Amino acid sequence: MTAGDAESEPESGSDAPAEAEGSADQSAIDRLVEGVLAGEHRALARTITKIENRAPGYRDLVAALHAHTGNADVLGVTGSPGAGKSTLVDKLAKAYRDHGLTVGVIAIDPASPYTGGAVLGDRIRMASNVGDMDVFFRSMSARGTLGGLSTATTDAVTALDAFGKDKVIVETVGAGQNEIDIVRTADTVAVLVPPGSGDDVQMLKAGILEIADLFVVNKADLEGADRTVQELREMLHMGSGTSTGGHHAASTNVAGSTRERNPDEDDAESAEWDPRIVETVANTGEGVDDLVEALEAHREYLVASGELDRQARERYAAEIRTLLREDVHELLAEEIDNRGGLDAAVDRVVARETDPYTVADEVIAPVADCVRKRRDGD
Amino acid sequence: MSTEQERDPEDRQIRCLVAKVGLDGHDRGAHVIARAFRDAGFEVIYSGLHRSPDEVVQAAVQEDVDVLGISILSGAHNTLVPKIMDGLREYGALEDTLVLVGGIVPDDDKDTLREQGVAEIFGPGASMSEMIEYVRTNAPER
Repeated sequence: MTAGDAESEPESGSDAPAEAEGSADQSAIDRLVEGVLAGEHRALARTITKIENRAPGYRDLVAALHAHTGNADVLGVTGSPGAGKSTLVDKLAKAYRDHGLTVGVIAIDPASPYTGGAVLGDRIRMASNVGDMDVFFRSMSARGTLGGLSTATTDAVTALDAFGKDKVIVETVGAGQNEIDIVRTADTVAVLVPPGSGDDVQMLKAGILEIADLFVVNKADLEGADRTVQELREMLHMGSGTSTGGHHAASTNVAGSTRERNPDEDDAESAEWDPRIVETVANTGEGVDDLVEALEAHREYLVASGELDRQARERYAAEIRTLLREDVHELLAEEIDNRGGLDAAVDRVVARETDPYTVADEVIAPVADCVRKRRDGD
Repeated sequence: MSTEQERDPEDRQIRCLVAKVGLDGHDRGAHVIARAFRDAGFEVIYSGLHRSPDEVVQAAVQEDVDVLGISILSGAHNTLVPKIMDGLREYGALEDTLVLVGGIVPDDDKDTLREQGVAEIFGPGASMSEMIEYVRTNAPER
């Protein structure tokens, strides 16, 4: 296997074969990049696999693709399990396809913390787009830890963007910081709230409520949907403190009431975005058009306000920081290995001879010295 | 570069597609397999019932699975499996996908399926650990 070869090369100490190995890898990467840019499904699928596996060379791969990105609208969809995310994403993808747009979907499901295994079931719901290869649907398991998953998601979005998808949808269960980080890779975030989740809505307050650009009350045909819409609206108003008087009058027609707000966007240059509430029944496709319209409106706001560029800059900064954190983490892992692991240090900590802070200082000191020396020297 | 995060090939994540194809509504076996594969640490994508060969191919290609397990209990394997194999070939996915068939397949048909590129056929009574071990050993190197 190439990974094994690549890892054993440096130990063999002979430069020539290592170079040959490197160039072989490079040509494989080049072929993948070419394939992705030429619209080959297999190449895209393999690229995402490399990204997920962090296979050798995946960094070069993503780096080469970056220049070809920036054209896709990225949408994040999140919500509690069973809220209807996959079904709605399916209908949304269909609606985009009907408009002649191509779609990429990344659906993230949890992985077992014990075995690392996972059953990825979101694909079952993609019933409206079967046999349509212009909807590229990819299931990913949350196998990564410590921000690894959000890195993989960002990179997979890069691949789909470079492939030429017009819309990229990232779908994930909305529980915990990890998921919030993931949906933040999106330009627009839609949070699904099923009816009758009054208490859930309360819990959503912190975190997810703040990142939502629009709320989708799915299963709007169920009892309690009106109340959920009402609760959401009250919460939004409490949060923003803005007066949007027209809403209570139009509580039976949410899509209509959101449209009424459009005049406010005359001063869109400076105006803040008020999260919209859309009612849908994903099973039947009801309300999906309203959702598409609301998403487009948010897109227009992002462009008009300059928020899109600002978000992109912020995202790239965050991405760079994450990569650096991971790299430094690796570097430290190497240093710890070099010192023969942490066992000896832990023994001393347990025996109260030293403490965790001191040990951390000891490990980081040579690295820090090295960096400072280099900075001053050069 | 030393900071490149590379995974140990030993603990490579194996991805499987468990597919039900054709007019066959019996999915207990597929569920059991999916669950067992999950517990073995594999990532399992389950297709759902009544998939057409095209859908199975689409899923296998897009998900870039190492292993495609086709469950057929309807007896239509001689019709459906070749269509799937042709589709995989069309997308260049045939060589590095391990294709397994599970279900009731008469011995006479097994050789035909193998000739078409099916790696192994598991009938009733096949042990779960045997299948998992088979997948671990034979999942294609990439």
